[in-house]
Amino acid sequence: MLTVENVQLSFGGVKALTGVSVDAATSKITAVIGPNGAGKTSLFNVISGFYKPQTGRVVLDGEDITAMKPHTRAYRGMSRTFQNIALFAGMTVLDNVKLGAHTRLTGGLIASGLRLPSARRQEEELDHEIRRNVMGLLELDHVQDSYVEDLAYGLQKRVELARALVMRPKILLLDEPVAGMNREEKREMSRFVVDVRDRLNTTVLLIEHDMGMVMGISDHIVVLSFGKPIASGTPSEIGKNPEVIKAYLGGAEERSDAAA
Amino acid sequence: MVSNVEAGQRPAPAARSLNRQRLMLLVGLAVLLVLPLFVPRYWVFFAGLLGINIVATHGLNIMMGYTGLLSLGHAAFLGVGAYTVALAQAHLGLPFWIAIPLAGVSAAVIGVGFGLPSLRIRGLYLVIATLAAQFILNFVFVHWQAVTNGDVGLTVQPANVFGFLLNTETRVYYLILAVTVLMTIFAANVIDSRVGRAFVAIRERDLTAQVLGVEIVGYKLAAFALGSFYAGVAGGLLAYFNRFVNPEQFGLLLSVFFLSAVIVGGMGSMLGAVLGAVFMTVLPEVLREGALAIGTTLGFDIASILVPLRETVFGLLIVCFLILEPRGLAHLWTRLRQKVLRSG
Amino acid sequence: MNSLQFFLEYSIVGIASGGVYALIALGIVIIFKSSRTFNFAMGEMMMLSAYMFYTAAVTFSLGILAGFAAAIAGSIVVALVIERFALRPMMGRPFIAIVMVTFGIGSIIRGLVGMIWGPNDLQIPPILARTPVMVGDIFIPGKTARASAIAIAIVVGLILYLRYSRAGVALRAAAADTVTAVSMGIDVRKVVAFTWVIAAITGCISGVLMANVNTLTPHLGLVALNVLSVIILGGMNSIGGVLVAGVIIGWLEAVTGLMLGTAFREITPYILALLVLLVRPTGLFGTKGIERI
Repeated sequence: MLTVENVQLSFGGVKALTGVSVDAATSKITAVIGPNGAGKTSLFNVISGFYKPQTGRVVLDGEDITAMKPHTRAYRGMSRTFQNIALFAGMTVLDNVKLGAHTRLTGGLIASGLRLPSARRQEEELDHEIRRNVMGLLELDHVQDSYVEDLAYGLQKRVELARALVMRPKILLLDEPVAGMNREEKREMSRFVVDVRDRLNTTVLLIEHDMGMVMGISDHIVVLSFGKPIASGTPSEIGKNPEVIKAYLGGAEERSDAAA
Repeated sequence: MVSNVEAGQRPAPAARSLNRQRLMLLVGLAVLLVLPLFVPRYWVFFAGLLGINIVATHGLNIMMGYTGLLSLGHAAFLGVGAYTVALAQAHLGLPFWIAIPLAGVSAAVIGVGFGLPSLRIRGLYLVIATLAAQFILNFVFVHWQAVTNGDVGLTVQPANVFGFLLNTETRVYYLILAVTVLMTIFAANVIDSRVGRAFVAIRERDLTAQVLGVEIVGYKLAAFALGSFYAGVAGGLLAYFNRFVNPEQFGLLLSVFFLSAVIVGGMGSMLGAVLGAVFMTVLPEVLREGALAIGTTLGFDIASILVPLRETVFGLLIVCFLILEPRGLAHLWTRLRQKVLRSG
Repeated sequence: MNSLQFFLEYSIVGIASGGVYALIALGIVIIFKSSRTFNFAMGEMMMLSAYMFYTAAVTFSLGILAGFAAAIAGSIVVALVIERFALRPMMGRPFIAIVMVTFGIGSIIRGLVGMIWGPNDLQIPPILARTPVMVGDIFIPGKTARASAIAIAIVVGLILYLRYSRAGVALRAAAADTVTAVSMGIDVRKVVAFTWVIAAITGCISGVLMANVNTLTPHLGLVALNVLSVIILGGMNSIGGVLVAGVIIGWLEAVTGLMLGTAFREITPYILALLVLLVRPTGLFGTKGIERI
């Protein structure tokens, strides 16, 4: 579905990514892991179109999108969440989620202002669909009319996921979906991500610190270290890879022990 | 408490409250329609001015409140609308129903002309561009003698509504009322749509907005053009209302006036724009009456300080609301209503 | 006198008046560096200082020196009050809200001055000698030349002071990165207040100089809006850009005044600003930074 081929990215003289390739297979969950500064976020920003790589390509569904602007990628079926929650304060949960459907609606300024039948019907259908399906799937029905800034952290993350899903993306990018969550919230979020794959058949590419979550739900894992890919394979293969353990796992476990 | 929870579970009350809202609006509209029959002429004049200010405030609120595009040149765009009406009437003999939309369009075109280069980038550039628009347009109004008649300005004939001359406060009032209602509905529709949501997304987080498929520059441009269009229409109405147009009406102080109206009312709130416009239209009257009363009591000539007094108070309102209540009167109003509902 | 020489003479006079603009610009830039605040009220602060000087020197007959000292003290108090009660509460808010606050403060001061001192021109006691200065055979009005010399001396002095003093180091640290500055033990709030004091002093001096060259009116402050529009395009965070911006405005005003008539002077900086936006939207010296996501 989404292929990142041999991407190289540097800022000034600093190399953020060197020769990174990732392949997110259709209807599977692919995870990119690595310690802080490994280049995970840079990789996502290349895929989203905020950074232009010096070399390499990003291919979505057979189309080279390397030079495409971020908003055009949305129209091609790419959706993402952010590490720091990027919801719109001052809007209700429902309106935030509706924003996710921006690419699916067509009403322009004049059609919206005059409430032309076409624009109105689209809005109404969207409203129904979200209330009926999306809110239920992510268990957000009870808060749909609340303002997002009033919600707990875990719920906000879920709203962000709902917003990313309403687009009906071909590929969903999740930037550290369980960062900062407690154990219960992490377990819930993992379940939702699996639901997204199984029930909506969406391709998921995620970057994450939390090894437990990644090992538990991923179909395929790519490990980055200092901007270079050092391993890739199924969770069990990655778990046994000595280089990965050296570069990442040991440190991560110590950290989570310390945190617990 | 219990009844609240139960009410929240049924969908019906929401629909009922919507209907009640509609009913309230209809009653309000009916009152506005018969208003001129019952109140003194001065009130009708005042209500007309209020309508114009509401239209203009909606415009600035769309740009600044919803989309986060600060404009310091709103008054100048009203000026463009007003001069458009005056010139279209004098030279082309256009009727009001062409002249007013034309006023909006010309303000939008000129507004976009000033705003376009800086809408491509973030930050303060648009503020500077609109400030430039304020000074440059005012300069044009004053110095393009051949067209604008300089400081003296232009006179405007009463609008002719299919043979019916709008030459009294009451008759103009109905034109303004109709336009204000239509423009308010249009703005509310835009805000409650895909386009309005995109505006807010740009204001809050433009990178995220892009990820969701919002084309930033296009929507900023749309918001800016729409806001300027509203200013132009308000200016066009003002031309028919005052029956003359001169540069003095569209100075920096008027831009500050609308800035205050949006901030005081509550940025990014339809209700706020209306409340802000009402508050700011009433305020100068209160200030004048107050100052005159104090002046007579103390035996001072207060008339000469009215303009600086306004400047001071407008500025104070901007600063105090931004610091203490950035969500403005609209938020105070909602909180007050909740309190009343809860206690009642 | 041929037209080239005429042009040269106007240019030199314009560049000379640019000295005072550079001083105004310095006050704007230094506050921006410490706290990312675009101070739209700089012109009004400057105008208020000039009025305070008038009141101290003329109304209370303190004379020039004591009057000036009083005006400086008053300006500092005003600046600190603005910083403490209007801008500190706005820390962390969107930049457009902060811009609006300074714009509102400008409106308040303009109104207050109008109410207290009235709309008419006032004459402040002459500080600068009128005898013209000759550069070769080009003639510069005495007040303009002297005001410019004083202003440029102060700008250069301040630039040197900020380069070599501890305060200057603290300011640069705070400008570069607030978090690091705090971890180095720099009290960023003090740095911000310090920049407002500097801006008050430069504003007071430039206000008195401007009132001396022209006259004292409530419109005196509008010139700072011109200065602001140009420094933004010249690179807001460069103290060196200040001199450039000041000189550009002074020169342009003079030259457009000569070629298109004096009425055009007031909109020249804005036309320049729009042109730069059109041609080079990131400003003359600005670079396009990579945004953090």
